[in-house]
Amino acid sequence: MAKITASVFTSHVPAIGAAMDLGKTQEDYWKPLFAGYDFSKQWMKDNKPDVIFLVYNDHATAFSLDLIPTFAIGTAAEYKPADEGWGPRPVPVVKGHPELASHIAQSVIQQDFDLTIVNKMDVDHGLTVPLSLMCGELDPVKDAWPCPVIPFAVNVVQYPVPSGQRCFNLGQAIRKAIESYDEDINVHIWGTGGMSHQLQGARAGLINRDWDNAWLDQLINDPVACAATPHIDYVREAGSEGIELVMWLIARGAMSDVNNGQVTGKAPKLAHRFYHVPASNTAVGHVILENT
Amino acid sequence: MALDKPYTDVPGTIIFDAEQSRKGYWINQFCMSLMKAENRERFKANERAYLDEWAMTEEQKQAVLARDLNWCMRTGGNIYFLAKIGATDGKSFQQMAGSMTGMTEEEYRNMMIQGGRSIEGNRYIGENGDAQAQNQPQGSAGKKA
Repeated sequence: MAKITASVFTSHVPAIGAAMDLGKTQEDYWKPLFAGYDFSKQWMKDNKPDVIFLVYNDHATAFSLDLIPTFAIGTAAEYKPADEGWGPRPVPVVKGHPELASHIAQSVIQQDFDLTIVNKMDVDHGLTVPLSLMCGELDPVKDAWPCPVIPFAVNVVQYPVPSGQRCFNLGQAIRKAIESYDEDINVHIWGTGGMSHQLQGARAGLINRDWDNAWLDQLINDPVACAATPHIDYVREAGSEGIELVMWLIARGAMSDVNNGQVTGKAPKLAHRFYHVPASNTAVGHVILENT
Repeated sequence: MALDKPYTDVPGTIIFDAEQSRKGYWINQFCMSLMKAENRERFKANERAYLDEWAMTEEQKQAVLARDLNWCMRTGGNIYFLAKIGATDGKSFQQMAGSMTGMTEEEYRNMMIQGGRSIEGNRYIGENGDAQAQNQPQGSAGKKA
């Protein structure tokens, strides 16, 4: 039986990818940020997954206004790093896991979540920056990501985005789907985006350190309450783009202490927690939870 | 029945909802086209001619030509789409975001290094934080006024 062993949460700021691609990680501006991921890179080696289920959002890259799926699961064999206007990031092609992804798609739709199934798409920084942060710099040709990745894109571009509660419920459905897959494999589920940031208007540059950290406390220790946070709180307190945080609730909802919408199991182990301001316009948060 | 829009009282913020998306369809699709290198070249060679290929309003075209991102957003642009214009111009996300505040690039960068913009006074329209309409433009541009 497949099993979710851990969840990883991290921001996915494009400038972080650029800093890695341009060899700037040891500059004074970036050093403290990357130091927060030293533990994580070693942890990835010590806890290597067979598959990563990676929840992220597409930033008007694969999905223009032609098509706006609320939840989209990638069932392709591979995904190329996208050209977002600066040229594609020089990172390895992302290999998918079509069998497990198709299995999850069928199971989750049978649990009443309407997923869009995607067999062809490029992946943007929302997906590749978390991989880079957790795996370090890799040669685009000679190296490979450590395992296959199932991209799971959530619409957080056009309002209304799915509520935190719906994301939390979806995470539980994804766990059921994964646990009904016969092969004995170890799956990580990652939630990415956030934390507080606003990229637009006179309020651009908003950071709310107190709110972010209170939200992190709740995500870890009281996820049911965290899931109940209304949209408007994210917008008002964490900035218009801070609403990306709802994606973290998909990963949190998939952890084994959550059953039927309640916390009934043993709390996950907090392996790592990190917070840093700024990365470009954004507050960076990062947490690793292990099922116990 | 009116739609539920609880976010219209947040200062300095336009939420890209169904209405904005409808209004901004063509400006955003124009931006999307800039993800192809050959389109970036054609746009740079003759911006006006390239814009005229799109069913954008004249105001949207003027807003793009002026590189006024706040104006682009008022006409329905979304920041993730508008970012493709910035990328074409060789600008970072920080330069783009900063340009919407009236601050110089250095002033905005320093604000971020010092922990970012404070939430105090910036939750609701009518307070007196630095993102409120009565306090624009920000930075040295505002002090001169």
